[in-house]
Amino acid sequence: MRLLAVVGAPALLLSACGEDDATITVLAAASLTGAFEELGAAFEDTNPGVSVEVSFAASSALREQILAGAPADVFASADPSNMDQVVEAGAASAPADLAENELQIAVPAGNPAGIAGLADFADADPLIGLCAEGVPCGRLGREALANAGVTPSIDTNEPDVRALLTKVEAGELDAGIVYVTDVLSAGDAVDGIDIPAEDNVAATYPIAALSDSTNREVADAFVAFVLSDQGQEILASYGFGTP
Amino acid sequence: MSQRPTGPRRAPQGRTPWPVIPLAAVAVAYVAFPLAALLQRVPWSDLGSLLSRPLVTDALRLSVTTACAATGLSLLVGVPLAWVLARTHLPGRSLVRALVILPMVLPPVVGGAALLFAFGRRGLLGGPVYDSTGFLLPFSVWGVIAANTFVAMPFLVLTVESGLRAADARYEDAAATLGASRWMIFRRVTVPNAAPAIIAGAVLCWARALGEFGATVTFAGNLQGRTQTMPLAVFLTLESDREAALALSLMLIVVSLAVLVPMRDRWLASVP
Repeated sequence: MRLLAVVGAPALLLSACGEDDATITVLAAASLTGAFEELGAAFEDTNPGVSVEVSFAASSALREQILAGAPADVFASADPSNMDQVVEAGAASAPADLAENELQIAVPAGNPAGIAGLADFADADPLIGLCAEGVPCGRLGREALANAGVTPSIDTNEPDVRALLTKVEAGELDAGIVYVTDVLSAGDAVDGIDIPAEDNVAATYPIAALSDSTNREVADAFVAFVLSDQGQEILASYGFGTP
Repeated sequence: MSQRPTGPRRAPQGRTPWPVIPLAAVAVAYVAFPLAALLQRVPWSDLGSLLSRPLVTDALRLSVTTACAATGLSLLVGVPLAWVLARTHLPGRSLVRALVILPMVLPPVVGGAALLFAFGRRGLLGGPVYDSTGFLLPFSVWGVIAANTFVAMPFLVLTVESGLRAADARYEDAAATLGASRWMIFRRVTVPNAAPAIIAGAVLCWARALGEFGATVTFAGNLQGRTQTMPLAVFLTLESDREAALALSLMLIVVSLAVLVPMRDRWLASVP
């Protein structure tokens, strides 16, 4: 990963290919929302004439879009499995890990239901939400619950992690399992309760330029930028760990 | 009743202006082609076992019951509202009509968020109700019905209002001169006269409720057997279990067509 910092000069690389205006579309996991908005803006700043459009959704939904031939240039997934399926289909190659993330329990500010840990997810009284099973945060959240030996009493399976976070933030749910970075992004509206390391599951985020990209050079440069020191600093400021 | 041909209206002199037919064919093809493309992916041979899975049967049962409940609620308050819009001259009528139609054009997700702010656990009305009774609309079947009603009712109100406008109000005047009370006129003259429009409105409302997705997932959440309607099940299985999603889509199309096809031309004759 450190080696890739050498490529941390995408600005030079691009200015060498001329001043052509170019737009790339980045499909990124919902949990990357804030970080990738900033990464896109920073990349635009260092590459005049280039614009980055980021579209966020559950990684599984993005995978389906890519496999259905959606025009896009870069895919950043919240788990290796969705990326692997894209690679197997020949739509991308040589993904690199861009970040790591951990799970945390999100509760509305002040923790009105008095949630103490995963064990409370078995209680039928509090309103509990998880991500849907097909979504990375849903799969990982269920793994963590299984690790803790808890059978949850679920009230809703949200289509992606941001939808789940929004409901916790609004106080409509008493608790949900999201990423550490989501709790951080919600600021004061949400409190985070740590999941003990022995139950916790780490999420690895792979990124790759897509084979059908019509702007392959810019796409590769954006991937390199995300993996560069500057990109990693931005990701760290949103709570992501270095893979 | 106004005099109106019950069959299809004829083009002048029985001739069709030449560009009309091909353009109309394009319109039909534009809708039919994607649906045909979807059908071509349906796993026909496994259909039986796919459709008998609990995921599918739970979603079907929930969708049909909540769509019926939403249509019932819409009839109860929507027909009176349509009457007010069609028969009175209240100031601000246009504003009321625009307001009631708004859910038709708004992204349903916005409707779902608005419902949360009103009837959610921390909502303007939902908050006090929850604190005093513990009753909660979100994450329950009642939440699904609420979301369906919010989004589907405008279809009923608009259709019935046009029906009432097209109906001859002199029958009501006649009933009044014969001494009928206003409520009796409404029940025995107005509603029967507008029956075709009410049926058409109810069918459209039911079909729209059946397909409701955005407001439901935002307001009521998603849990199999409790709040996971067919559209939610399609959306969530499209990524993980495409065959089940396609079977569900087929089911939605068949059920919707089954209620839309029998709609008579004359039911819609009064609809602008």
